[in-house]
Amino acid sequence: MMIVELLLSFVASSLFGVIFNIPKRLLPHSGFVGMSGWAMYMAAARSGMDGVAATFAAAFFVAFVSNGFARRYRTPATIFIVSGIIPLVPGGTAFEAMRHVVMNDYNAAISLAAKAFMISGAIAMGLIFSEVVNQLVKRRP
Amino acid sequence: MTERVDDIVEVCLLAGKLMLESGGETYRVEDTMVRIAASFGVSRSHSYVTPTGIMFSVEGTNVTRFIRISERSTDLSKVALVNHISRRISSGELSLDEARNELERVQQQPLGYPLWQQTAAAAGASACFASLLGGMNHFLPSLLSGGMAFWCFEMMHRLVKIRFFAEFFAAFVAGGIVLLMERTGLVRDVGNMMIGSVMPLVPGLAITNAVRDLMAGHLIAGLSRGAEAFLTAFAIGTGIAFILSIR
Repeated sequence: MMIVELLLSFVASSLFGVIFNIPKRLLPHSGFVGMSGWAMYMAAARSGMDGVAATFAAAFFVAFVSNGFARRYRTPATIFIVSGIIPLVPGGTAFEAMRHVVMNDYNAAISLAAKAFMISGAIAMGLIFSEVVNQLVKRRP
Repeated sequence: MTERVDDIVEVCLLAGKLMLESGGETYRVEDTMVRIAASFGVSRSHSYVTPTGIMFSVEGTNVTRFIRISERSTDLSKVALVNHISRRISSGELSLDEARNELERVQQQPLGYPLWQQTAAAAGASACFASLLGGMNHFLPSLLSGGMAFWCFEMMHRLVKIRFFAEFFAAFVAGGIVLLMERTGLVRDVGNMMIGSVMPLVPGLAITNAVRDLMAGHLIAGLSRGAEAFLTAFAIGTGIAFILSIR
């Protein structure tokens, strides 16, 4: 089951590379970045970590691997990050929030929306922390 | 010398325009333009870039240029190509004329993948996500709804130049197809299928660029890209909410 999940996230992320028009030869790499982000998220979530913390860890890892590829292939890191963070986007939570809005249950909707917002913030913070690490590594001679 | 400065500025603006139109981060565009100018001998130049316009000025001369960016698309391979050309200019590999020729060749290049390939990719990505969230029996139905949603987005975007409406419409179509399939008894788990189908519309590039621009200290660009990402998410949510309310 684990292997199927990894395979699905790999294929999904490399197909996202096609939507973002990234160079053909780098499609497998963007797939790998997406897969490693999903694997990190799943590992963290299944070990009992909170969704926000797990997303943070996964986003950090995605940007870390992307920066590594960016240095290796001398190309902007964005190319790998964009498709890597897509699996982490809180689609499920946002959907539930919308469902509760439609049912006029605003209390539940707002708490779900706040959770989705926190998860998006965790993605941003993960990218920022990873960039800090990247700059520290770069500065070292 | 003045003529040469004009030519250098022309090349810088072309590179910046290409990058910004293809979805490069604002700080990268500014950085690239200043670097190209410096490697051709204009050591003191200033560039100010927002997602909708570029200003470029050379210190000590009267040369200041402004261009407006009205059309933006997502073509990250062009960003990578311009980035590569700028690296080659910095290392002294390309002369001014060669650089201009290379950039013009990038400009004339068509979009990376044709529409049918992108639609197929969107369909596949939707199917993979729906299966990831809900199980393998979601694969085939999401292939249809995800692909149709992306195709409708592209067609609507060509017809009406309002991006957010196209996103709303695409989410509406995706939800509508899933709902029809539920009515005919093909699928039961509506939620995961709808999430999977709208995944190709998720503003991944806007989120990434917003965060990276804010990190680099470009507050205006970062906030406006963040607003773009938020509006897109809102448009998708509204489309899905529409469908859920008639369910």
